[in-house]
Amino acid sequence: MLRRFPLLLVFFALLAACGPVWNDPYPASEQGRNIMYSAFTDRPKHLDPVQSYSEDEATFLYQIYEPPLQYHYLKRPYTLVPGSAATMPLVRRYDESGRELPENAPASQVARSVYEIRIRPGILYQPHPALAREADGSLRYASLSAADLQSVRSLADFAEAGTRELEAGDFVHQIKRLAHPRLHSPIFELIAEYLPGLKTLQKTLAEEVSRSSDALDLERHAIPGIEIVDRYTYRITLKGAYPQFLYWLSMPFFAPVPPEADRFYGQPGMAERNLTLDWWPIGTGPYMLSENNPNARMVLARNPNFRGESFPCEGEPGDQEAGLLADCGKSMPFIDKVVFTREREGIPYWNKFLQGYYDASGVSSDNFDQAVTMTSQGEVSLSDEMRAQGIELLTSVSPSIFYLGFNMLDSVVGGGADAEGQARARKLRQAISVALDMDEFVSIFLNGRGVTAMHPIPPGIFGARDGEAGINPVVYEWRDGRAVRRSKEVARRLLAEAGYPDGRDAKTGEPLILNLDTTPGGLGDKSRSDWLAKQFRELGVQFVVRATDYNRFQDKIREGNAQLFFFGWNADYPDPENMLFLLHGAQAKVKESGQNSANYVNPEYDRLFERMKSMPDGAERQVVIDRMVAILQHDAPWIFGFHPKAYSLQHGWVMNRKTGSMVRNTLKYQRIDLERRSAARAEWNRPVVWPLVVVGLLALAAIAPAFVHYRRRERATALGGGR
Amino acid sequence: MFAYVLRRLLYALPILIGVNLVTFGLFFVVNSPDDMARMQLGVKRVTPEAIERWKAERGYDRPLFFNGAVHGSAQVMDTIFFQKSLKMFSFDFGRADDGRDIAQEIRDRMGPSLALALPTFVLGLVASVSLALILVFFRASYLDFWGVVLCVAMMSISSLFYIIGGQWLVSKLWALVPISGYAPGLDATRFLVLPVAISVIAGVGSSARWYRTIFLEEISRDYVRTARAKGLSERVVLFRHVLKNAMIPILTGVVVVIPLLFMGSLLVESFFGIPGLGSYTIDAINAQDFAVVRAMVFIGSVLYIVGLILTDISYTLVDPRVRLE
Repeated sequence: MLRRFPLLLVFFALLAACGPVWNDPYPASEQGRNIMYSAFTDRPKHLDPVQSYSEDEATFLYQIYEPPLQYHYLKRPYTLVPGSAATMPLVRRYDESGRELPENAPASQVARSVYEIRIRPGILYQPHPALAREADGSLRYASLSAADLQSVRSLADFAEAGTRELEAGDFVHQIKRLAHPRLHSPIFELIAEYLPGLKTLQKTLAEEVSRSSDALDLERHAIPGIEIVDRYTYRITLKGAYPQFLYWLSMPFFAPVPPEADRFYGQPGMAERNLTLDWWPIGTGPYMLSENNPNARMVLARNPNFRGESFPCEGEPGDQEAGLLADCGKSMPFIDKVVFTREREGIPYWNKFLQGYYDASGVSSDNFDQAVTMTSQGEVSLSDEMRAQGIELLTSVSPSIFYLGFNMLDSVVGGGADAEGQARARKLRQAISVALDMDEFVSIFLNGRGVTAMHPIPPGIFGARDGEAGINPVVYEWRDGRAVRRSKEVARRLLAEAGYPDGRDAKTGEPLILNLDTTPGGLGDKSRSDWLAKQFRELGVQFVVRATDYNRFQDKIREGNAQLFFFGWNADYPDPENMLFLLHGAQAKVKESGQNSANYVNPEYDRLFERMKSMPDGAERQVVIDRMVAILQHDAPWIFGFHPKAYSLQHGWVMNRKTGSMVRNTLKYQRIDLERRSAARAEWNRPVVWPLVVVGLLALAAIAPAFVHYRRRERATALGGGR
Repeated sequence: MFAYVLRRLLYALPILIGVNLVTFGLFFVVNSPDDMARMQLGVKRVTPEAIERWKAERGYDRPLFFNGAVHGSAQVMDTIFFQKSLKMFSFDFGRADDGRDIAQEIRDRMGPSLALALPTFVLGLVASVSLALILVFFRASYLDFWGVVLCVAMMSISSLFYIIGGQWLVSKLWALVPISGYAPGLDATRFLVLPVAISVIAGVGSSARWYRTIFLEEISRDYVRTARAKGLSERVVLFRHVLKNAMIPILTGVVVVIPLLFMGSLLVESFFGIPGLGSYTIDAINAQDFAVVRAMVFIGSVLYIVGLILTDISYTLVDPRVRLE
């Protein structure tokens, strides 16, 4: 032990040589550099812009690719502004006879909509070997042999990288990629509904794939409905009216991909080396992926060819006071490199944030009490400990909803085919909606991090109303200027009207049993299911939790075998259509394999939905939405659960962060006060050496008697009694 | 010995086929190819057509074990089981469902796993054996008594407590080493010192107790009495004679785990952010990635068999009486 002591001393001397801070997890070469440090928990599955559809992936992808449009960083409600497009798309609508229609023409008259998109000239791709060229202009790495690839393990192994100007054809190429049969784009079916040319193309490509395993050359194929007007302009012709298409144009599904990239990655031997577009994106955005090890860390480096963009000078009220306009007009991005480290566990992630090694962090249930305090009025504020460290709290309501759905095909909660049964079932659903106190649920199980939902539309999205007009009158009443949940007595009365007085069938006397289908980790968890059972017990209803694995749960939902289930939806874009379609009859899960898991069908609602989805935001649309919401509140196919609240913490040295789940290309706007960060890290992480001395002394104290004992024993004679 | 090893390797073949069969059966009892497709394609806006295309592309549109739609040997060969299993015996693991090459992924993750597991194994073994010998040296004294109490206490505490406590104390409070992370090369040392120390401390209690029992059994044998009668010191008796003769039971437990070291440690790697193989299988099970699950179970089985053969060979090295025939 004593002999190992010098080794320990050498080790700590080495640590001391690292600088005043010993526990810095980053290389010494990165000290003081303009780098942002962040963490990720789940590895991204796809980085190909036609495949990627999850938030984990969006964190990276939205910084690399530049779709034609983007959301304004500061303005709320969310506003679309040009991204790689020079201006907002020019939209023209035509009727069946080809006559151009005015902007406010009813959707029913629109036979086709033409989107003309003009992109900014002079945008360059990030440096990439796929774009490297020989002196004669031919592609440098377009026909690589097995020998050429022998020593290649990553993109950095290619000696040369090149770039070229972004063209309209690159956007068209990416739209063709949506139809690629090997890429399985999740939005293919949806977009093909409006762009039938995609289906035609996919059929042709699928035939080609079945004949040959070679990489597809999309350049050889045209796509009906898409037209390249000139080097910087392209046109998309959609069937009918689909105003939400503009939102899709702000997603990487419609970002440009150069055909050279597919040619480069499609060469034999590339995929075996994990060299694919799914792993190594190529974009025109402010950052490029310079390191991709999703098991350890991913690094975004500033794209040296980025076109440059100025920080916005307008925002919503309060942004000026919050200092969010201080960088108005300055060139972005501000940060040179963003290092994402994989943290599988919350505890090290949280501790490293507190040490200053992560610039921002979420707030999990484990550290909620340490980070946040609740006032007696239910308002949240930072704890004193966080305040002392200069940490700031940002909160926002996510454009999501979690709900308890009733399967309308179930005879008990759906009511069957006859009108009387349906009316009784509606009363039953209303009774349960009143009885399940979601305010209490949010308070107990989410630490208050949620807003009780009154209908499917989250706050901040057009159609959601505040105040008295925004409450669910079946469940709440407006009293003293606030929404007050109706009493359990109301629920009991509704239950009796449904034919279940005191929770028993009025005809048979049998107890009413309701089954919740759930997955482990969902509502099936003991404490939550106990809470739910208690709520039902107060009505005299028996409640059974049928927990099953995720696959079987999905099967039950798909086949309509569930009764009551817990589900959620995260909006793709800030339009009420993207929430209200979840209850549209044409989306019924069992019949149409759609997203309407409750299998709710109401002809009036469906009619209104068809009308509403193509309307521009305004008073007329609001009236239609109000009626749709009223239908849903009356029919109660869901117990509108809650809209989760996102809590985010950041250190005081992080500038320009603004919450808003729809805006995902946020990194270019953020700035770091490097001096402040370095000073804070040094102050918070001074090594404490004295415990090592104490440990050493304790070890000596433990060894000493043993050593004495040993010496005595070794010197003892057989008869001496040394034992 | 060569014939023995060859025979054992041949015995391994039916074992590996059996393991593969069981893995395949268990996996597809829980997950259907449709479930796998849905997991890969995401839960939003997945259509039945997309699922069918995904399955066809990856060969999951065939029957599992028996293809009644064809004739002859194709009835067995044109099945998911046959198509997915055959290449594995040539160590061609193919690609994961996310498109990554499995062999490459294993190679990338093996280094960090070994960087953590090897020092933990060696230091843990040295510490446990040394502590056990010291306890035996001081047997029946208060040092032995309190040493055993300490061992029992140490083995009773959850390893999670050591990890979280160690991170909090050493990295957070004393700020001596990084809480988590990893860097290649020599720089890895500062990331590994804490997880290695914690792993050794967490494991030393149970190991030392086990070795102490072995040594105590050994110390009552005649040859020990003879050694003492020759006038050898207790230290020499223990470290030279008892340790050598207690090697067989120690090797039985130790050598077999050596090849498995590279499979990594799920808990320690997760908490310390070490990008090793520890979580690869668990991640694959969660992602319903059969290709990775199958490959990792296969590799685990192969390594276990290799470990057992190495154990047998090691017996011949420490005990000349053992012959492999």
